[in-house]
Amino acid sequence: MARSERTATASPLPTAGRALPTADGAQPSAGRVQPTAGAGPLITVEDLRVTFATRGGPLAAVRGVSFTLSPGECLAIVGESGSGKSVTARALVGLVGAGGSVSAGRLELAGQDLRDLRERDWRRIRGRRVGLVLQDALSSLDPVRTVGAEIAETLGNHRLVPRAARAARAVELLAEARVPEPAVRARQRPYELSGGLRQRALIASALAGQPSVLVADEPTTALDVSVQAQILDLLAARKADGEALLLISHDLAVVSRLADRVAVMYAGALVEEGSVEDLLRSPRHPYTRELLAAIPSAHARGTRLAIRRDAATGPAVTAPDAAGCRYAARCPLVQARCRSAEPEPVAVEAEVGSRPDKAGPRDTAAAVAVAVAHRAWCWRTDEPWPAPQAGPARGRVRRADDVVIEVDTVWKSFRGPDGSRRPAVRGVSFELRAGETVGLLGESGSGKSTTAEIVLGLLEPDDGAVRLHGRPWSRLPEAARRPDRHRIQLVPQDPLGSFDPRYTVERIVGEALSAPGRRAAARRRDRIVELLGLVGLGAEVLPRRATQLSGGQRQRVAIARALAPEPEVLVCDEPVSALDVSIQAQILDVFADVQDTLGVAMLFISHDLGVIYHACDRVLVMRDGELVEQGDVEQVLRAPAHDYTRALLAAVPRLDTATFA
Amino acid sequence: MRRIGPGVAISALLVALVGLAAIWPGLLARADPNAVEPVDALLGPSGAHWFGTDQLGRDVYSRVVHGARVSLFIGVGATAIALLLGCLVGMLAAACGRLVDEILMQITDVLLSFPGLLLSLLVVAVLGPSSTNAAIAIGLSSAPGFARLVRGEALVIRQAGYVRTAVTFGAGRARVHLRHVLPNAFAPLLVLALLSVGAAVIAGSSLSFLGLGPRVPTAEWGSMLAQGKDFLTISWAMAVFPGLAITVTVIAINIVGRDLQRRFEGRHPGGTF
Repeated sequence: MARSERTATASPLPTAGRALPTADGAQPSAGRVQPTAGAGPLITVEDLRVTFATRGGPLAAVRGVSFTLSPGECLAIVGESGSGKSVTARALVGLVGAGGSVSAGRLELAGQDLRDLRERDWRRIRGRRVGLVLQDALSSLDPVRTVGAEIAETLGNHRLVPRAARAARAVELLAEARVPEPAVRARQRPYELSGGLRQRALIASALAGQPSVLVADEPTTALDVSVQAQILDLLAARKADGEALLLISHDLAVVSRLADRVAVMYAGALVEEGSVEDLLRSPRHPYTRELLAAIPSAHARGTRLAIRRDAATGPAVTAPDAAGCRYAARCPLVQARCRSAEPEPVAVEAEVGSRPDKAGPRDTAAAVAVAVAHRAWCWRTDEPWPAPQAGPARGRVRRADDVVIEVDTVWKSFRGPDGSRRPAVRGVSFELRAGETVGLLGESGSGKSTTAEIVLGLLEPDDGAVRLHGRPWSRLPEAARRPDRHRIQLVPQDPLGSFDPRYTVERIVGEALSAPGRRAAARRRDRIVELLGLVGLGAEVLPRRATQLSGGQRQRVAIARALAPEPEVLVCDEPVSALDVSIQAQILDVFADVQDTLGVAMLFISHDLGVIYHACDRVLVMRDGELVEQGDVEQVLRAPAHDYTRALLAAVPRLDTATFA
Repeated sequence: MRRIGPGVAISALLVALVGLAAIWPGLLARADPNAVEPVDALLGPSGAHWFGTDQLGRDVYSRVVHGARVSLFIGVGATAIALLLGCLVGMLAAACGRLVDEILMQITDVLLSFPGLLLSLLVVAVLGPSSTNAAIAIGLSSAPGFARLVRGEALVIRQAGYVRTAVTFGAGRARVHLRHVLPNAFAPLLVLALLSVGAAVIAGSSLSFLGLGPRVPTAEWGSMLAQGKDFLTISWAMAVFPGLAITVTVIAINIVGRDLQRRFEGRHPGGTF
């Protein structure tokens, strides 16, 4: 009940479009809605609720979300996985999925009521009036059809272009989506295209119906930074053309580059909304603050990123009738009131320092109405945020002579589909010393993972050598390598795939202690619990299988397992790239702690500059199988010498601390 | 877990009934299956003889019930042999390098190209007719299929992250294959094994129909069917009931097997076995 009061109290606080009654209700539904400034919102959502029927009872995925979206505007919905942001976006195209029921006070597209639409009516809206761009372009495109045919189908569905002209129009659309050589690409199939081209092809097919609204659900998440930048530019150009853009993302940095307004979602409800500047400069809701603090970057070096050490922060429980603020369980500012009463939106003034009086949010409404309202659903908006804890000191004194791994001009090539040999690693040399973390930075296909496998001894180099403590490590018979295997351990990108699905956590870690059997693992239980303690997990996870763990817990188990054989080197292959930013922050803290206590050497592979900056002492920049630059992290990332490193740095969407801090 | 449909429930009940008949036939049929009563020869179904009598006056119902043991023995035994041999050959082929793989798979392909029944006939001709030999013959003839499947599964699972990780712990080839590959390949295999029990029951009955099964007077569905066909014009019951027993048993096993298959689909690799 408290939730509907929220929307009631929300109305006297006018946002950009909400103050205006939607007078354009009579707008003709056929044809593209022309972007006319001040014509009122294109999309109006009030009190949207989506509930899924599950075996465990109803699950409220979205609990009373309200927003508007005007032509030429970009609204970003930000939140962690499971926050309901994708479901909110899908409700706009009638695709919430099986077992989901949608209700809303208002759900309008250019004045047309979208509640209770039938499937065939939805079909007229999807693609034609609302275009949808999904994250995973490979699975969103039909593998057996050409990209051109895929786009032509959208054209055919809406009978926009005569059959004969469709192929030509598809090529035009690909060109519009900035696909190079569009005529060639139109004849190719999705798997023949790179990730960035696929994503652009998907955007081209979303543009085919000339929709007035584009919904982009994590459109750049799986892409390299430079490709990501191109896609964001493309979306920005659509916005400039007057298209309304609803951007769903977990990445505040991506959002800051494109969005006008940001709405932060947590556990199915909005917790804060405002202009992108306001939200990033003066976040008020503790969750927004946590998200911002969790982003690894230069200023966070040497501090802990996460506000908590343990792994207790599972996905927020969204029982439909739970009382109080959903964030209370995670919130460092929590009070008794937070647990009993759901907070009401508090307007925040744009200026930093002069905060609105808690008693009279409505008095400030007039001042705020001019700009985009900045509101937070929290009782504690004016509390100071706890300062980040100092982390383990970076740049400790290392014994420079203590080289553990030496990679000496290593070459490796693979046979390509046409039989020719393609070099993956070309003459790479570096050293890894005890107690230091070396970052390996590069885009996909740069040879990072191949280098990692060669260091791990899982791949033999064609030429060159890897030495462990000065002794040969590569080009050894497996039997000779086996006694030293425990010295080098792997933390994989996908921990789930690295666990035997039949094993419990106890056996997973036990296996690394050479005790994979049930009873053998149980005998080593004390040691296993100790290892789990190192990564912030309790003994209660021992009997669980990997599928019963959250993403962060899985990565913690993977780290504990890698530590079990007391290795001297940890090879971490994109260990945090699949995680939400708040979970990523916790895992990065775990790595820092582990190195501080155990002094292992780490080879830390990532495509994320921020992660590398935060976690590493030295960095190696890799491109097309070659090391183009290496050196101290501060030095390389502050004053890059190589053009490629400069280009990478320029492409990174970032929360510019100079502007917003 | 999916709900159990009525068809599956009835089939499971029938499989259980056949199983009970195989383990404890006296519980379902009190009459001696081998008691000859020439006076009562070739009678139709009646209150005293539910399925009628055969040319020697033996109770067909009792013989069908007692015959379940031999038929199921051949079916289950043959499948167990096929599973064991298939796992051994398949795992060796997957684990022991390209040369061993090549040799074993060539042999497998040759065996696969023979019709199964022909291969079984050949084996029984060499070993001599008996129910054990029938089981061995059928097991041998269906092992190549299992070997191919196990090898395929093993090659897929060997690419899994957990196998690569196990290598970094210093696990050897044998340990990786026994600890990770075989157990994870086994789950989909068990379902196929259950389905092939049905096929093996039919193959066993075919062998004894041809007189290559257990020796007379052992009650067995295939040989009963063979005898019954000679008296089909006098007493239909003598052939129909053993035939029904075979058909119903195989269909029931297949329905249960398919249901299990659907339950475990998509859980691969691993599931919660």
